[in-house]
Amino acid sequence: MSSQLNTPGIAKDDQERIVQSGIDFNLENRCGSYLQVDQNIVESECREEGIEVLSFKKAMEKHSWLKDYLWKAVSKDKDEITKYVAEQPDPKGYVIIAHKGSKNILPIQACLYLGRETIQHVHNIIIAEEGAELHMISGCASSGHVGEGAKHYGVSEFYIKKDAKISFTMIHTWNENVEVFPRSASIVEENGVFLSNYVCMQPVKKVQMYPTATLKGENSVARFSTIAIASPTSYIDVGSRAILEGKGASAELLTRAITKGGTIISRGQIIGKTAGTRGHLECKGLILKDGTIYAIPEIDGRVVGTELSHEAAVGKLAQDEIEYLMARGLSEDEATATIIRGFLDVKIAGLPEALQKQIDATIDVAEKAGF
Amino acid sequence: MRFGMLDVRDLHVNVGEKEVLHGINLHIDAGETHVLMGPNGSGKTTLLMTLMGFSGYKITQGTITFNGEDVTMMHADERSKRGIGMLFQRPPTISGLKLGKLLTAISHDKTVDLPALADSVHMGGFLERDINKGFSGGEIKRSEVLQLMIQNPGFVMLDEPESGVDLENISLIGKAIGDLLEKDKRMAKREKSGLVITHTGFILDYVDADKGHVMCDGMITCHGNPREILKDIKQRGYTECRECRRS
Repeated sequence: MSSQLNTPGIAKDDQERIVQSGIDFNLENRCGSYLQVDQNIVESECREEGIEVLSFKKAMEKHSWLKDYLWKAVSKDKDEITKYVAEQPDPKGYVIIAHKGSKNILPIQACLYLGRETIQHVHNIIIAEEGAELHMISGCASSGHVGEGAKHYGVSEFYIKKDAKISFTMIHTWNENVEVFPRSASIVEENGVFLSNYVCMQPVKKVQMYPTATLKGENSVARFSTIAIASPTSYIDVGSRAILEGKGASAELLTRAITKGGTIISRGQIIGKTAGTRGHLECKGLILKDGTIYAIPEIDGRVVGTELSHEAAVGKLAQDEIEYLMARGLSEDEATATIIRGFLDVKIAGLPEALQKQIDATIDVAEKAGF
Repeated sequence: MRFGMLDVRDLHVNVGEKEVLHGINLHIDAGETHVLMGPNGSGKTTLLMTLMGFSGYKITQGTITFNGEDVTMMHADERSKRGIGMLFQRPPTISGLKLGKLLTAISHDKTVDLPALADSVHMGGFLERDINKGFSGGEIKRSEVLQLMIQNPGFVMLDEPESGVDLENISLIGKAIGDLLEKDKRMAKREKSGLVITHTGFILDYVDADKGHVMCDGMITCHGNPREILKDIKQRGYTECRECRRS
């Protein structure tokens, strides 16, 4: 494996945007990489024993059994986006397989980079077999110079087998012309754990996604966290859904949303289908100036013995908090940034320290720029 | 001649549309600690918040001079940088902001041993906690004192430092405040000054106050020896203070 991620034709300022999305070009803190520039696959390698990182095409050639995982978590007829991806004669994207009992300490990174005004489409399959533990970071970025018409269609199917765990951290660094339509779903089996984190601190034209975790297995767990800031021209429609089917399954959905003039629609749904299941949904929004935050938390209990709760709040920065910090010597701008930083402070239980640090670093960059 | 640390002249303050302070005059010399007493709602906290520079307290008339500089129109951060600090009675809870992070942000001396300092007021286990979130009354006050220890202000305002605090914590907080006000130094050597709001007077056991004032209905109605004033109030309440103002 190369000691440096090859980034052909990507300008230095755009490379910086990729780094902001959590991609480590030096590969020091990553055990494998997948890099796709527009529709060209530049790299797909992994040095961790028991874990494969393959392009979609190579994976299908190598493992015929993978066809059993195609379009099983996500329906190909779900909407125009999934139909578009399903119709591609030469599907792109990655397949990551953490074989039985494998575990990566350093995360795998997947970088989906959009450099031209085109539709980038990917179909990703991520499998953690029995007892495996897989951590990955998906850095999705575009050139700062990409114009109108640039779109990203991404289908991702996650399969978390018995006693397995996947943490998936996705950081977006698009620009104000890019429209993004991830379509993700996961199936979690007995004692399986799925952690999904989404961070969007930079401008984007439109994001629309509603990833769903179906907790089929007993005592399976899903935790979603979403941290999003909407710039004045951004339209961010994000949410997460957990379907509690296995006895003892539990889910936690957390969102921190800030608008600086754009629109955020924060969705969340937990469906309790089985007794002995638990779910909590929390959405907190902060309107800094103008803009809209529309929170739609839904809890849907369908049986005796499921326990579901939600809380949603939208507000403004509290003047007494700002002035309290000013009384301690911080300037008004410093105090404001400090409070926003605290608002965005979501610690995800079970997430490796390296990934938590990456999330913190992404927020730090936004903080230094004054949010 | 020594400059007065704080000089307040004819201070009128509105909260909303209503005038709450009606011409306050107060002079606190360097090295002095004054005590402010008065019934609930008399304007004591309003005076401290105004001196700190909170925007909800509009100065309509009068001046505040600190170390010879007019600070009347300054924001809270500018006053803080000049050495004015405050222990809040009910500070806000700030979700996600760790006490340790704030202490690091406000510390001028980056070599200070934060954990040791926190331990000295039994707050070592709170550095990774969100500020004031789930803190007890005593913990809030110890957190406030710790922040002031880091800030090390020249003029310290204390808004009921003993309220909601058990006896054991009063001793700890009282000693720390005594240190902040350099009570271990002789008067001639002391430079720190303070203004303390108290109802119970417990804090006087640790802070040897020099002067006392009574505030009623937004005015300072009398001055004198703090312990004597406290004794009178304990015996007679504030009724006579109000009558004092009318006369």
